[in-house]
Amino acid sequence: MDTEEHEVPHDVTPVWVYLAVFAVLAAGTIITYLASQVDLGWANTPIALVIATIKAALVILFFMHAIHSSRLTWVVIIASFVWLGVLFVLTFSDYLTRFWAIN
Amino acid sequence: MTVAAHDDDHVHHPFLQHQFEDLGQQHEASTLGMWMFLSTEILFFGGVLCAYWIYRTIYPEAWAIGAAQQKALWGGVNTIVLIVSSLTMALAVRNASLGRKRGIVIMLILTMLFGLTFLAVKGIEYTAHWHEGLFPGTHFTWNEHPDIRDKVQLFMVFYWGLTGLHALHMVIGVGLLVWILWRAMRGHFGPEYYAPVEVMGLYWHFVDIVWIFLFPFLYLIHHHGH
Repeated sequence: MDTEEHEVPHDVTPVWVYLAVFAVLAAGTIITYLASQVDLGWANTPIALVIATIKAALVILFFMHAIHSSRLTWVVIIASFVWLGVLFVLTFSDYLTRFWAIN
Repeated sequence: MTVAAHDDDHVHHPFLQHQFEDLGQQHEASTLGMWMFLSTEILFFGGVLCAYWIYRTIYPEAWAIGAAQQKALWGGVNTIVLIVSSLTMALAVRNASLGRKRGIVIMLILTMLFGLTFLAVKGIEYTAHWHEGLFPGTHFTWNEHPDIRDKVQLFMVFYWGLTGLHALHMVIGVGLLVWILWRAMRGHFGPEYYAPVEVMGLYWHFVDIVWIFLFPFLYLIHHHGH
């Protein structure tokens, strides 16, 4: 190759990686459904949230190519979730503590 | 006109915009710009989901009963349909970066078909909910639990709002796919220029991620009853 003057990223991810990510996403969907059918007490909600978060991370890293992205793109991706965290943490630090008894 | 220090005398790529040094820089700017848009989308859906969680913590029983009105099988099937569409979208981008025109076209068509399948299933669910009296407002005639009827109605406001916003994104996504498909068929994309396919993929995968969260939030809430 003598056309190195551009640095357009070429997607060299093998097809099996995409198929493996797909298989994990499908399995995660089925596990999410099965786990919701069993009474696990307080744990039902965190399990659903953790599985969904893992699935989202896989999509971002592999399908959306974050793993091959520039650092500047990483800053934007991470900043999005930092601000989402601020939104939730500040809101729930209010709502979840409103009924705490004084003393 | 003299062009000082401009030593590349070759013909520029037809899709290289003149403000960029080269296609690599243009590609980087395109994906970065799409991620910036997606960060606003993350906070847009995040705001609605935050409101959803506030009411879920206040009315856990109504949220569980509201979720029980959903057909988890339909939601699960649609989740798989969207994941398959994300796989075909990712393969479309891969084919574009490798310059496989036929592969891009086939994968984009499959992505559109799975997207339309998702919307068709959603339409079946919406029709059923309408007839069950589960549309908020004057049409809300559902009354299986009179004591918490209005709180279940509030859940359904979030159900219709969140799935409606998501479905709107899907409709826009299918429209964008038509455009990208048209460009692919005209042979616009190849290893040096496929940023539009890549950016299309970023949008499509984001909409998939939203649904990955909506499925457990709206269809699968376990009620502990004590």
